[in-house]
Parts: sequence; structure tokens; C-alpha cells
Amino acid sequence: MSEVLYIKNSVLIRDAKVYQNGRLYYEDTKSPDISIFLKNLYKSEKIRYSKYFKMDDLSKLGFIGTEILFGGNIENKETALVFGNAASCLETDRYYSETMEEFPSPSLFVYTLPNIMLGEISIRHQLRSENIFFISEKFDSSLFLEYSKSLFNQGKTDNVLCGWVDLQNNDYDVFLWEIARSGKTYLNEEELKNIYLPTHE
Amino acid sequence: MSDLHTELKRSIIEQLNLEDMEVNEIENDEQLFGDGLGLDSIDALELIVLLEKDYGIKLTDPNQGKQIFNSINTMADYIEKNRTR
Repeated sequence: MSEVLYIKNSVLIRDAKVYQNGRLYYEDTKSPDISIFLKNLYKSEKIRYSKYFKMDDLSKLGFIGTEILFGGNIENKETALVFGNAASCLETDRYYSETMEEFPSPSLFVYTLPNIMLGEISIRHQLRSENIFFISEKFDSSLFLEYSKSLFNQGKTDNVLCGWVDLQNNDYDVFLWEIARSGKTYLNEEELKNIYLPTHE
Repeated sequence: MSDLHTELKRSIIEQLNLEDMEVNEIENDEQLFGDGLGLDSIDALELIVLLEKDYGIKLTDPNQGKQIFNSINTMADYIEKNRTR
């Protein structure tokens, strides 16, 4: 029998707004451009991590969302990362292919895989845990749910950070949530959809 | 400071996305890798691209890189002697 798991915390980032556990945490509607929004959000969080500026926008979204979700520190170094999106790293692939016409950019090439984001988060928080990145047409709550449960059931982790981090044509959709053995909200598909859907159209 | 030194600092900040750094914060003799600016191996590849793109210099021996990219001074010196544009 599978054990009862909980959604401990969540973060949503959409339309220049950040929601933490359902409440508006940050807003920057003057910055429609994702790069400026991400730069301002970084400054607002008072993070000092110069490698942030070297990341592509997709990795920045996952990275800064994780910083907000965990208050800058993932204490449990066994926290598994279960991420996914629909567009993979298509934006960065496009930028990289443009540089190939003249001088291919090594620093862009590094980000032509979506799971690099997981590496960035793992390096920042010294995680050596399980991680996986799914590509699916749209947010699939059951996929995240079943995979995370199996990690718990197999004893591979006792904490999971899940993330739907999608970026297409300057439009981003970020939903991060922490699954643990304690918390206030039961982990099930309905609750996940309840958190994910309200500000998403 | 020569125009080339300033130009190099600007290019490095822009190419390597050192957004939290200003031109006047980079010393001419400061180590670019290791304890100095703390650049990494991907940055080294970007510097090789920068030499070719901006100054027409193609590095054929990767071992040269360590000496050339030691500091702004060593880069500027190498560019002055080898630039084709």
C-alpha cells in the first residue's frame, strides 16, 4: 500500500507574476520581456550567484523558482528532481542555430538540453539525487504523481521537487511543488490541478 | 589603459554574460581564470570564438590558451601581435 504524501509548498510563475503557496509573492508587469523580468526577479531576491546570468532563460526560470520555493536552501540533499515541459529547450535551440551561421556559441550549446536546468539546481544546492526530465504535450499531473510516488515507494527518496517549466515564444509557465511525508495538502491529482489551473488559461 | 584593453573588457563582460561586473572592476593584470574573475572552461571556448570573430585570430594550438588568456594584458599583447583585422 502506498503511503500518504503531501504537497508541502508550491510556486507558480506566469505573466510576470510569482505566486507562493497560492499568494501573490512578486509582480513586475512593467517587464513584458522575460529576460528583464528574470533579471529584476533575481535582484529582488538578493541572490548572489553570478552563474545565473550565464544560464539560458529556461534554466533561469527553474533555478529562481526553486530559490523561492526553498527560501534559497534545499536542506534535504536527497531531494529528487522530477521535471518536465512541452517545448523542451526550443528557444535556446533556435538561438544556438542562429549562431551556427557564423560562430557557434559554446555557452549556448551547453543549454541545448532541457535537463541542464536540473544540473544547475543540483550544483547550486549540492544535490546528488535522482532526477528526470519529461517532455509531454501538456502538463500531465498523473505523470508527475505516479513517478514521484514510485520514488517514495522504492525508497529512493524522502523528498521530491517537481517542476513544470515551460518556455515558448517569450511565454512561460512555471509550476514547482515540493512533495514530502508531511504537509498541509494531500498529494493527489485534484489538488495538483487546483494549484496549477487557477491563474492558467 | 589602451582602447584595446577597454574594448576587451567590454567584450568579455558582454560575451560571457558577466552582468554583475563593470569595466573598471577588471584589472589589467588580474587572472581571468581561477582566483581572479573565476571564468570556467566554457568561457575559455567563448574567448577563443571572440579572438576569431573580432580580431581574425584562429588558435591552432589549444595549449597556447592558458598563456594568452591569463589576463587582459596578455590577451591584448597577443592580439596586437597577431590580429588580422
